[in-house]
Amino acid sequence: MNAGLTLEHFFVLMGLFLAAVAARIALNPAHPRRWGSTAFWLLLALAIGAGKLLSSELVGWIILVMGLLVATRQVATPAFPAGAAERELRAAQLGNRLLWPILLVPVLAIAGSFVVGSQIALGLGCMAGLAAALWVTKDTARAPVAEGGRLVELLGWAIILPQSLAGLGGIFAKAGVGEEVAKIVAASLPVADPLVAVIAYCGGMVIFTVLMGNAFAAFPIMTLGVGLPFIVNANGGDAAIMGAIGMLSGYCGTLITPMAANFNLVPVRLLELRDDWAVIKAQAPFAAAILIFNVVVMYGCVYRF
Amino acid sequence: MIKLLGILVVAIGFGFRVNALVVVLAAGVVTGLAAGFPLREVVALMGKFFVDNRGLTLAILLMLPVVGLLEKHGLQERIAVLMRQARAATAGRILWLYQALRGGFSVLGISLGSHAGMVRPLIVPMAEGAAKARGELNEATRERLRAHGAASENVGNFFSDDILVAVGALLLVKGFFDTAGVVVTLEKIKLWSVPTALWVIFIGWWRYRALDRWLDQRKDGDK
Repeated sequence: MNAGLTLEHFFVLMGLFLAAVAARIALNPAHPRRWGSTAFWLLLALAIGAGKLLSSELVGWIILVMGLLVATRQVATPAFPAGAAERELRAAQLGNRLLWPILLVPVLAIAGSFVVGSQIALGLGCMAGLAAALWVTKDTARAPVAEGGRLVELLGWAIILPQSLAGLGGIFAKAGVGEEVAKIVAASLPVADPLVAVIAYCGGMVIFTVLMGNAFAAFPIMTLGVGLPFIVNANGGDAAIMGAIGMLSGYCGTLITPMAANFNLVPVRLLELRDDWAVIKAQAPFAAAILIFNVVVMYGCVYRF
Repeated sequence: MIKLLGILVVAIGFGFRVNALVVVLAAGVVTGLAAGFPLREVVALMGKFFVDNRGLTLAILLMLPVVGLLEKHGLQERIAVLMRQARAATAGRILWLYQALRGGFSVLGISLGSHAGMVRPLIVPMAEGAAKARGELNEATRERLRAHGAASENVGNFFSDDILVAVGALLLVKGFFDTAGVVVTLEKIKLWSVPTALWVIFIGWWRYRALDRWLDQRKDGDK
């Protein structure tokens, strides 16, 4: 493969796309928040496309200014024309050819991940999917920018939430927030009891993941604070069983927290749902059923095998 | 204790339904300052983490032009036609199948799709099309179906990636215990990840069957 191709190339491409979205907004006098939205997408284009070249502090300020634009409601999504009749007509003309560019992307991304990194493979897959979509629809090169821009504007501020949450998680970790919470959990419950220890550990993984938005961040802290001292050392539990099921308990937290934005909030915008909590509500019964199962299995097995 | 101020900001912010981005940025600044870092360093940290995690949006930003273009030319309408022809397809069965497939590929360490790449362009239109073939959908029903579509992606994605291929979570667990000086084998962690993965498929079957039943009953109610 081309050794010169790195993820950075795709970030530059994403930056150019976002800059084009910003330009389209600037040229649209009917846009409800024309200049605020232009500024928002232009700043994001800069932070993503040129993030590696700018100083960390400058990027940080850019993000905060974007947050300020959102807080003062200067960023908005315009209403897009529907055109349903036109789409019905095109669907009848193009038929199943419309489907295969979408399917091409994961096939290429999976095949490519054996050759180059999985993210680069995904990027290449998207490029190939775009080429295929242009070929099938015979549309101009402007159309994907306009239509992609429509979806990007639907996402709005939610698009930078995942990175911002990663930042918050990083700051939490640096500040030692996790150790503090683990101490409180350990101090406030009679964790010397084998059953209470299991419940506190699995439940703690959930609570912690809800707070941090990430089970990976919760795992070392809860395991060090509750799991190892009380399940393994005090009661002779098995570390491998505890670790495996503990991690899977953390995922129950991921299912129910708005902090896991890329899983729970981004799809709300992407699927044009009105209720921000809709995805979390759909997942809450899963989370409860899986957590109960995990506690039962862990308590039944961790002290035995 | 003052370090936990950021968590309080998050809890209050989400509780009062303040914009999530604003809450998260504010919590980051508050936590950093409360822990004694100077403001400029906190801002630099946020910038650094943002740049390091740009990959999180790659799958979304590069996929949206493809999806948008195909939607302009009738992708969702085409899927609706296909679903009217597929008699055996129900919304619940489609979502369960997707959840199981997503999980199955996840076992092999392969990420089959994403919300931008699969759920919006394919899975949700399929589920809606199948439900529509059995009766018109009102806005609330569509909203519920779509949320279930996103859930099938997440649930499929999360619970089966520790079973075969050593990626992400598995390496984290093993690495953590190695550092802590506790002896565990990868094989045992993998083995004990299996029961939950199977349970998740069963719960999916139960949830989506309930969804199908709810859809059927709702139709009766509309008559």
